Amino acid sequence: MKHLRLTMAAGLLASALAISPLAAQTPDNVLVVAQNIDDIVTIDPASAYEFSSGEYVANTYDTLVRYDAMDTTVLAPALATEWDIDAANKIVTFALRDGVTFHSGNPLRGEDVVGSWTRVVSLDKAPAFILTQLGWTPDNISEMVTVDGNRVTVRYQGDFAPSFVLNVLAARPASIVDMETVMANEVDGDMGHAWMNSNSAGTGPFSLQTYRPADILTLQANPDYYQGAPAMERVVIQHNPEGATQRLQLEAGDIDMAKNLDPGQIAGLDGAEGIRIETYPQAAVHWVSFNQKVDALTNPAVWEAARYLVDYEGMANGMLKGQMEVHQAFWPEGFPGALTDTPFRYDPERARQILDDAGVDTPINVTMDVISAPTFVEMAQAIQASFAEGGINLEIIAGTGAQVITKYRARTHEAMLLYWGPDFMDPHSNAKAFAFNADNSDDKYASTTTWRNAWMPPAELNEKTMAALGEQDAEKRLEMYLELQQATQTEAPFVIMFQAIKQVAMRDTVSGFVNGATSDYVFYRLVTKE
Amino acid sequence: MALTDRTGEGRASLPPWIKTTFLTLGSIAVTMLGLLFVTFIIGRVMPIDPVLAIVGERASQSTYDAVFEELGLDKPLIVQFGYYIWDVLHLDFGTSLLNARPVSEDIARVFPATLELATLGIFFGIVLGVPLGVLAAVRKGSWIDQVARVVALVGYSMPIFWLGLMGLLIFYGILGWVGGPGRVGIFYVDVVPPVTGMILIDALLDRNWDVFKNAFSHIILPAALLGYYSLAYISRMTRSFMLEQLSAEYITTARVKGMSEWDVVWKHAVKNIRVQLITVIALSYATLLEGSVLTEIIFSWPGIGSYITTALLSADMNAVLGGTVVVGLVFILLNIFSDLLYKVFDPRAR
Repeated sequence: MKHLRLTMAAGLLASALAISPLAAQTPDNVLVVAQNIDDIVTIDPASAYEFSSGEYVANTYDTLVRYDAMDTTVLAPALATEWDIDAANKIVTFALRDGVTFHSGNPLRGEDVVGSWTRVVSLDKAPAFILTQLGWTPDNISEMVTVDGNRVTVRYQGDFAPSFVLNVLAARPASIVDMETVMANEVDGDMGHAWMNSNSAGTGPFSLQTYRPADILTLQANPDYYQGAPAMERVVIQHNPEGATQRLQLEAGDIDMAKNLDPGQIAGLDGAEGIRIETYPQAAVHWVSFNQKVDALTNPAVWEAARYLVDYEGMANGMLKGQMEVHQAFWPEGFPGALTDTPFRYDPERARQILDDAGVDTPINVTMDVISAPTFVEMAQAIQASFAEGGINLEIIAGTGAQVITKYRARTHEAMLLYWGPDFMDPHSNAKAFAFNADNSDDKYASTTTWRNAWMPPAELNEKTMAALGEQDAEKRLEMYLELQQATQTEAPFVIMFQAIKQVAMRDTVSGFVNGATSDYVFYRLVTKE
Repeated sequence: MALTDRTGEGRASLPPWIKTTFLTLGSIAVTMLGLLFVTFIIGRVMPIDPVLAIVGERASQSTYDAVFEELGLDKPLIVQFGYYIWDVLHLDFGTSLLNARPVSEDIARVFPATLELATLGIFFGIVLGVPLGVLAAVRKGSWIDQVARVVALVGYSMPIFWLGLMGLLIFYGILGWVGGPGRVGIFYVDVVPPVTGMILIDALLDRNWDVFKNAFSHIILPAALLGYYSLAYISRMTRSFMLEQLSAEYITTARVKGMSEWDVVWKHAVKNIRVQLITVIALSYATLLEGSVLTEIIFSWPGIGSYITTALLSADMNAVLGGTVVVGLVFILLNIFSDLLYKVFDPRAR
């Protein structure tokens, strides 16, 4: 009895500790963000290839040129102040910015540029292909990128438009790292890779203070940042995968920003005191594709009919409100070269007519793979219902992201509901994915939407894609991408439906947050709090 | 033969405790090997490509092939398993595919979080569940029994996800009595040195009462939630065990002898259900120590449950197997501990 009483007393005391209203206000110089960060695999810019790691790299590293926080649609000087392109369009020479230092205090040198890119190409991690497009290999990069004092000369193999080359060099894996520090932490020839998964070695506005996977990521302001120290001394990104509790935290004032709220949770915050919602167009496009290894899906009439079997407006204004808008071309709206026409409407009668005219027997019964996440499954169900109106019966197969991609990569799916975001902000990134296929053989793997759906585009599309890549005239180049989009809109086994929108809920004391079209353009350096 | 005759007299036999120790260790080794083998095979036959977890979906074929070989996936399954066991024997659990860090580091980070939560949860479950079960049995059919039944029923049937969200909404969002998601408030993160990995203990060791109070305000709700689910199970089992004891003849005899009801219940009946209760409590505790995935998600609690689940969904088999080793060991150790307690409480088991 004595023990029981003691235990109960201890329990009551413990409860009393907890039952007292807890203060909820974040300091003026600290930004607290709730975000799902369990997608991060690594935070080394040579291997970082996920959304959250992209945001991290954007805030801790710089590239020679970049789409800056001040205007994420304009390619601006960053660690390079100017550049020249030779007459033959094969060499770019950059002049490095003076006085830039890394987080360690080491000065930026041309050797860091060469070393950083050599490191990416040699480690050959996930995003390395972005740089190797320029014809760089571990063997030739020392000749392709050379240093002369303050000037870095970049050579490349292939006929590329200058804008394409600059866009590649503005991409995430082209980030410049402090090679002296990184190589000092090399273990077993890993070029500092393991060390870089717990530390930052960039010139960016923030340095890494703490990172624990699926727990917390804290950034510390870099007082010596060449564009001025950020107002926020710290940015604390707390892992929270659940939107409902992110909302509670935001309302309680424990966080300044909630990044993973669904439309219902966003709607629930409408009119909430001290909270506002910001909307940011994103570059990802969402589509349904048809695997050409499946006989029932090879008839172009099926592709055409399918374009009239999606209730674009109904979905965008209903379940996807605030998350997606109608977009029917592969390059996202808001970027030069984007086709903004939306010629297709939900019209099941027309779809049935198209199938009848082509002599296609209905119903067509096929499976459709989809990632088992709330928005995707709801989209799949809506598409399943509207496709059925035209005589195409979809059996939905929901799986984890890894399961779906494994199947997609093996080309064993039938129909697929998925999305595509560009690897770097050049239309070639998407044109190559949707309008080009060098070799459709099973053993010629390519990560493009075309190859994965076993679709060989007409020869003229392939040729035009490569011609656009090398086109020197910027205006003409954009015109070619418009034509490519028009062609795939009508000739490809893809139904491109939506462009993503991101909504971020934040305390109304927060301003200056920049959320560009991809995770590479999410910036905290201009954030202030009143 | 020189050491023994046909009757066995003179045999150089080992002391019983050494035999027992060897048998126990052998049993642990065989159990763990079987557990790892089954988990390994399940992981390898799942239709998920572990290489994609590392290289992403757009890596070149050469990058893919290099990682494929690096992971040893080009070798037969049994060889892969053999390599894995060899590494484990050298205390190398490999590197997680999902965060490129040693699995042992990950487990050292996530298991203390689960241990802390589960221990407090089982504490609530025992302190409230056992008396509730006893009372429900003693007052069988009374309002107390009905309340206990409803409490247990709700505990069994209510989705933990919903209860957790409601708990957060009321006690955190509206009343502000407890801390929100996470193990500790943002401004107390990494304030105390991590000695055990359990923030309450580390704060006590560091005598940092602010951190202790803040951490307690964060753990109290998820621990109470887990405790409630344990309570539901423990109270129902306690009631059942008690009813069996209360109908026994020795209880009637004790009452006839004029013993007070308190003594009859607590000194005789409860005393005789201790062994059964130990089994129930050990099982509940082991279940909590596996990690409660949904609770961990709702409360942003970086525990072993969500760690293993996330790893499994991406075919990160090093992480899954590392987690399986820990969970398997927890079960085995709790089993051994239960056996020891049986011997303490029940002379017949000695």
